[in-house]
Amino acid sequence: MATSAAVPRSPTIPKRRFSGDELAYGFTLIFALSIIAITILLVWQLWLHSAASREKSGFGFIASVMWDPVTDKYGALPFIYGTVITSFLGLLISVPLGVGAAIYLSELAPPKVSDTLTFLVELLAAVPSVILGLLAIFTLVPLMRDYIEPAIQKVAGSLPLFSGHIFGYGYFTAGVILAIMTFPYIISVSREALMAVPREQREAALALGATHWESTWQAVLPFAKLGIIGSIFLALARALGETMAVTMVIGNDNAIHASLFAPGQTIAAVIANEFTEATGNTYLSALVELGLVLFVLTMLINGLAQMLIMVTTKKGSAKA
Amino acid sequence: MISRNSRRNVVNNVMLALCGVCAILTVSTLFLILGFLVYNGGKSVDPGFFTKLPLPPGQVGGGMGNAILGSAEIVMLAAAIGLPVGFFAGVYLAEFGGRTLPFVVRYTADLLNGVPSIVIGIVAWTVVVVPMHHFSALAGGMALSLMLIPITARSTEQFLLEVPRSLREGALALGANKWRTIASVIVPAARKGIMTGMILGVARISGETAPLLFTSLNNQYWSTGLSEPTASLPVMIFTHAVAPYDDWHRQAWAAGLVLLALVLLANIAARMVISRGTSLPR
Repeated sequence: MATSAAVPRSPTIPKRRFSGDELAYGFTLIFALSIIAITILLVWQLWLHSAASREKSGFGFIASVMWDPVTDKYGALPFIYGTVITSFLGLLISVPLGVGAAIYLSELAPPKVSDTLTFLVELLAAVPSVILGLLAIFTLVPLMRDYIEPAIQKVAGSLPLFSGHIFGYGYFTAGVILAIMTFPYIISVSREALMAVPREQREAALALGATHWESTWQAVLPFAKLGIIGSIFLALARALGETMAVTMVIGNDNAIHASLFAPGQTIAAVIANEFTEATGNTYLSALVELGLVLFVLTMLINGLAQMLIMVTTKKGSAKA
Repeated sequence: MISRNSRRNVVNNVMLALCGVCAILTVSTLFLILGFLVYNGGKSVDPGFFTKLPLPPGQVGGGMGNAILGSAEIVMLAAAIGLPVGFFAGVYLAEFGGRTLPFVVRYTADLLNGVPSIVIGIVAWTVVVVPMHHFSALAGGMALSLMLIPITARSTEQFLLEVPRSLREGALALGANKWRTIASVIVPAARKGIMTGMILGVARISGETAPLLFTSLNNQYWSTGLSEPTASLPVMIFTHAVAPYDDWHRQAWAAGLVLLALVLLANIAARMVISRGTSLPR
């Protein structure tokens, strides 16, 4: 432009040589990159320290049911089964409960009540899992053993799923505790997805003569579907990786049982239980490989959850 | 026609009522948890609990002084590493971002945030315990800091981004360069939010047990240094709860109550700060 020609750089004002911005940029960049470095280190360490077991067992590791440190044979299937079945049970309970509560909070409750209850639910998410485990051992386990499981067995005991001896410790109790641990996530993320649904969507349905429930079910829920599914995946990832509460009630039996009332084992629980007692290279390495399996499993599901939530809330910063 | 409409009405009422029941059930869980802890642990929380050492099984009494001190030690160590690293990474994400790299960092931070805590424990074990040949508070603090970094980075970023554009532009227009703007205008403006995020992060890691199981391990005595196995409140709750001794159970309840009280108070305090208006200066 003409002005730049008219006002040439004055020779008395030197070009700013160093503003410090580059230094600040470089400084913060180092810390930002450290996050990537930590993640790479994490994968690398898991890979490195599981080498002995990977070489020995190969793919048999995730397909074998035999976990016997005495003969140095390691198969992870009972733990993978336990992890999947307890997480599934947990979500079976927490998804309807959580989505129902989220619908109440976003569609029915007055804003003040909704905010207060959401605050309480978020506090629930902050309860350390070891405390839930402590409570479960002394309240939930006796309750399941003496009342709930016998009652179910009386009705449906002929199914192998509900047969066998009742201990109180086992897959079912772990599932219930996982339900309690996961519904806060489902509620708070689903509620946000539901609140992001435009008002017109509800009003249009109501104007067409739909009842409150029909408008919610047919016009609001489909709109928030992806966000709700995202919250479920987030909850699933939490459930798969949950350690302490499950370790305390699962019963620690390294085998697969058909009955939900039988004691079992999950990936996280076996690591927590056996890591400090593990002797021998292969044994430790097998436990690290279990960690690797758990890591891959949760990363896949978490990645999926983040993507779904990003699509619906469009902020890219889902509450995790 | 009437019957169809009345059926729709019944469905409407039943389903909405069920949603209400879901809300009541889920929220009441929190009160059940609090109630049981206070009922079972309340009578065992006495001065001795905070000052004495745990006693061997069979003996009645004792406390968890060493675990409380150990937890404080480990959490402070984790905060000393995790908070600054997370904070500066958050500043980078919010202020210096180009396009690709911040996206990668952000996504990685979310992934790291989702890594099961027991896996974090394994990694801290391979990185610190294996080379040092023994369990230590240092390893426990490292493990917890790995969890704290992504939490702090993401919350710092979030609150920095909420600072209005006009503040930035004002500072830049006054001739401040970028780092000056960040240091003396943007970060102070987002101070409250950043602090809240940090408190929530520290509260979250202070209840973690799994990463400590095979890093800081446990200790029946006072630990004398960062390179020693160190008792912590969450691990104590675990070992005492699964042991078959009644007096240990009593102690576990007391420890659970103390830990939960600390975590919930931190949460409530942090959320009160944030709900009191936006994080703008003056």
